[in-house]
Amino acid sequence: MTELRPLVSARGISKSFGGVEVLRNVDLDLLPGEVHALLGENGAGKSTFAKILAGVHRPTRGTIELGGKLVEIGSPIGAQRLGITLIHQEPISFPDLSVAENLVIGQVGGKPLGRVRWAELAKEARRLMGLLNVPIDVTVPMRGLSIADQQMVEIARALASDSRLIIMDEPTAALTPKEVETLFGIVRRLREEGRTIIFISHRLEEVRAICDRVTIFRDGDKIETAATTNLTDADIIRRMIGRPVADYLHRGVGHVGDVALSVRALTLPGRFENINFDVRKGEIVGLGGLVGAGRTDVARAIFGVAPAASGVIEIDGKPVTIHEPTDAIGLGIALVSEDRAIAGIFRSLSVETNITAAVPKQIAPNGIIRRAVEKRLAQQSVEKLRIRLATVRQPIGELSGGNQQKAILARWLLAEPDILILDEPTRGIDIGVKAEFYDMIGELAAGGRAILLISSELPELLALSDRILVMSEGKLTADIPRAEASQEAIMHAAVPRTGRHTVSGAAA
Amino acid sequence: MNSIDKNPVAAAPSTVVVREAAAPRPRWQVLLIRPETVTLILLVVATIVASRLSPFFADLGFILESSTYYIEFAIVALVLTLVIISGEIDLSPAAQMALSACLFGTAFKAGLPIPVAMGVSLLAGLVMGAFNGFLVTVLRLPSIIVTIGTLILYRGLAQVLAGDKSIGGLPSWFVGIDYRMVGIVPVPVLVFVAASIALGLFLGITIYGRQIYQIGTSEIAAIHAGIRVRRIKMGLFIASGITSSIAGLMVASRLGSVRYDLASGAELTMVLIVMLGGTYIFGGRGSILGTFLAAWLLVIIATGMTVANIAINAQLTVMGLLLIVSIIMTNAIYARSQR
Amino acid sequence: MSSIARLFRAREAGILVMLVLFVVVVGLIQPRFLSTETLRIVLLAVPLILVAAMGQMMVLVSRNVDLSIGSILGFSAIAAGMVFRDYPDLPLAVGFAVGVLSGAALGFVNGLVVTLFKLPSIIVTLGTLSLYRGLLFILSGSKQIDPNDIPEPLIRMAQTSPIDVPWIVIIAFAVAFATWLFVTYAQVGRQIYAIGSNPSAAPLRGIRVMPVTILVFTLSGALAGLAGLIYAARFGYVNPGITGVGFEFTVIAAVVIGGVSINGGVGSVLGTVLGVLLLGSVQVALPILGVSGFWQNAIYGGIILIALVIDRTVRQGGLRGLLARGGA
Repeated sequence: MTELRPLVSARGISKSFGGVEVLRNVDLDLLPGEVHALLGENGAGKSTFAKILAGVHRPTRGTIELGGKLVEIGSPIGAQRLGITLIHQEPISFPDLSVAENLVIGQVGGKPLGRVRWAELAKEARRLMGLLNVPIDVTVPMRGLSIADQQMVEIARALASDSRLIIMDEPTAALTPKEVETLFGIVRRLREEGRTIIFISHRLEEVRAICDRVTIFRDGDKIETAATTNLTDADIIRRMIGRPVADYLHRGVGHVGDVALSVRALTLPGRFENINFDVRKGEIVGLGGLVGAGRTDVARAIFGVAPAASGVIEIDGKPVTIHEPTDAIGLGIALVSEDRAIAGIFRSLSVETNITAAVPKQIAPNGIIRRAVEKRLAQQSVEKLRIRLATVRQPIGELSGGNQQKAILARWLLAEPDILILDEPTRGIDIGVKAEFYDMIGELAAGGRAILLISSELPELLALSDRILVMSEGKLTADIPRAEASQEAIMHAAVPRTGRHTVSGAAA
Repeated sequence: MNSIDKNPVAAAPSTVVVREAAAPRPRWQVLLIRPETVTLILLVVATIVASRLSPFFADLGFILESSTYYIEFAIVALVLTLVIISGEIDLSPAAQMALSACLFGTAFKAGLPIPVAMGVSLLAGLVMGAFNGFLVTVLRLPSIIVTIGTLILYRGLAQVLAGDKSIGGLPSWFVGIDYRMVGIVPVPVLVFVAASIALGLFLGITIYGRQIYQIGTSEIAAIHAGIRVRRIKMGLFIASGITSSIAGLMVASRLGSVRYDLASGAELTMVLIVMLGGTYIFGGRGSILGTFLAAWLLVIIATGMTVANIAINAQLTVMGLLLIVSIIMTNAIYARSQR
Repeated sequence: MSSIARLFRAREAGILVMLVLFVVVVGLIQPRFLSTETLRIVLLAVPLILVAAMGQMMVLVSRNVDLSIGSILGFSAIAAGMVFRDYPDLPLAVGFAVGVLSGAALGFVNGLVVTLFKLPSIIVTLGTLSLYRGLLFILSGSKQIDPNDIPEPLIRMAQTSPIDVPWIVIIAFAVAFATWLFVTYAQVGRQIYAIGSNPSAAPLRGIRVMPVTILVFTLSGALAGLAGLIYAARFGYVNPGITGVGFEFTVIAAVVIGGVSINGGVGSVLGTVLGVLLLGSVQVALPILGVSGFWQNAIYGGIILIALVIDRTVRQGGLRGLLARGGA
């Protein structure tokens, strides 16, 4: 294969978002007829690189050659015209259009007044879905389909498009093992046809099963490209993490007290069912699982954002009713939510306003805001959490991601919660600031707070948790004590074993 | 109004290059480049131009007198400002004015004493506002279309109640609120000023005002911060209903009679005042000061056109154009400060 | 079998049942409602609404709304009427062209402002509702187009045709049929649904949102312009202060009753036609039932709200979902 001329030659690709460099000087060749894995931790730059190839982002610097010709990939459409298709991690669909239409709409070469031939369209759609072994009616609207089926439609769309380069961004995240097998069969066939596939996944066994070569990213740098067979799992992990995993393990088990939060038979149909667990004072309980396993839904239920349909929540041994976040806050619960940009910050408002948002009684005991008190509280938080900013009056949107997240944590610390739920607290945060967060989380637990930590980064879970719960497809599948916890144990419990996902895409 | 812009910076993956925070904008820019400043400048320019046009405009008394036609809508616009800052909209106030005024007229005709009839009217305002609030906060329907529905419904009910006849014969003590003066200031103008101060303080220094901005900036973040979003929005719709009812009574007093088409088409005037005052159509930004200034700007422009002998009907052109230009300008200014 | 037919079958069946129920109930109360004469009156009442409703349906499907159609209708009717009055020798077609093209131009302006500045269409068209009305007063000099200025052949179009169905009825249903062809078989027609169904995904899928949206507003304007001519034909006069005032609400009511979702992406020509027929039947039934015509607007308002709640209920999967707490 080494004799082949590369299909894609990327040289010196760099990308910055608002002054933050997320990809540095990446050179990469992709060969025709190869399946090429991009590996790395969350935020290592692999997805950004893939999105540059697919025209979603434009590189800040660097050039791309396609089939020996210098190309400018200006938009997703431009990419499709060049024969590059991206299968998004979260399926993009038009819920009101039929499956068949979703497969072709906007297809390159369509004429605005061109005729839609419904019968042929349906026939072709059935053929494509048949290839993928997905027995769905192609004339029903996308709305009712499960995430897994939507993902399959997305894959079928790429098949229909005759692309030279197909980029699959975590295509298996929502699929069952059987569906993964079907997908791999398709990928092998595409490879035989001479097409190039980029395969992004966190699951090493999948990479090993299907990929010819791997490229490992870390912190925006390309670390290495090698044939899959030349690297052991340990090699790959070491290159991804850059230092032995043990470096993270710095927290000792603190003093653990009485049960602070306990959840019994918590159920929200379609999201999670029969969830039971306790979190004790001073304890950090990790909650692991794949994206979409229902972890965030459990957190949102406990906090009252989207309450459970049945089940009991107990605080300090007493059953409580939580209808909305106000109730939860009154009971001493705080939630640092996963999606900071949407559910966390008030982007255009001042840092000060953001920090004091959850403690109206403190800053306005009789309804009138006391500016001096507000400013003092905000200043103290800024100093305590070392939030870097120019002034507390500046809009929070002007801060870096890590400092925004610190401000949100500060908001909840002002509320002095006994129970703190952290949902992906370090997502999209600089490595240096991450370490600060780990220290803070440790301190908070040592101060007697009960902490539920949701994280998709296994090293983070392993380093911080006293105990790790794992969810899969809406069910709790493991409760692993610290001593027995390992990446393998967590992944074993996290990967779905049963049928199709029940989580419907209709709510999106 | 439901699009949530994901900022690429926030979605960007982590990095080792530590960027702390962008430098804040210079203070003069923060103060100067804001829609209210533009409204103020326009107001000054309009006043100067108008007073060149006609000596009437040098006379404060003349401006105050001619303002009474618009001031009722301006009072409602104050509450509408809060509604829009919270990320919702209410297009039904003009219809609410009509229905509550017709209820008042009908109740009076039925022999109820004026104060009781006024009570009926205010209660109707409360109920209509609460119904809007129910549809928006409990059934979670988009306010933009719900209030079009209720706008038709409320005015339709006014028509059912009053037919196409006007209800008059109101006692003389009730009629002519616009001719009651405190000094040279007509009572409706006084009400408007007082309401502006009260709502300005409410929005500016109370925790509820703060929470209205927070809800409008990001409703989801507000829910997560424990802010009682539904309760506050319900309160705003009810306030809008009661204020509309008060404004309706003021029109009844000014005209001495009520008809189903009272304040017909005034939803445009109200939205125009709020937009002209620099409130952001997508919520989260705006001020009572802006709306206050915009009300006077509208009074000057409208009166100016009338003095210049431009027919009322042709003035619609200017009003429509002003509305569109003011949203475009406000958006541009906020886009600039948003970066 | 067409997948589209299946997609929307449930919604349309519901509207049809409502229509039949309404006719039967009114017929039971007042048997003379069930006559060919009533059918004739209903058919004469609907063309105006039906033509504009086709445009509004596409606008709503694209997740926008057009409040200015009443003013556009008035403007086009005045413009065409002035051509008829001032150039009586020109053929009828010139007047039609003036009406439809002026409507298209005003609609184009709506679409341009909405897409270029990324503004909510409801506020933009609230502004142009007033702007266009003002312009039409200026254009007409506030003068009415009198019955004797409307050409005789145009008036006759509202009364008869070679097949004894008035021309305006034929035109209206032809427009509906053409719209059906367009949104079902033209690729750009399908793209309107895609845009309304998921606006942020549309550009990722190669759909050019701006031109398609502008096209939709332009079509809505052109059809409102055509409705202006139907108005002139049917009523025999055009008054700048009356013609088309409040028309937008009637049309929105008809379209929403027809099962077109205000959230975009959902709506069909058949449903809209049924919605228009239902609205027309209500209009005609009120006097027959001895209900004051003053009730008409209140009923329209109530129907819009009920249709909104039903649409929401369908989307939320039943009443339980509708009333469920929380969520985003």
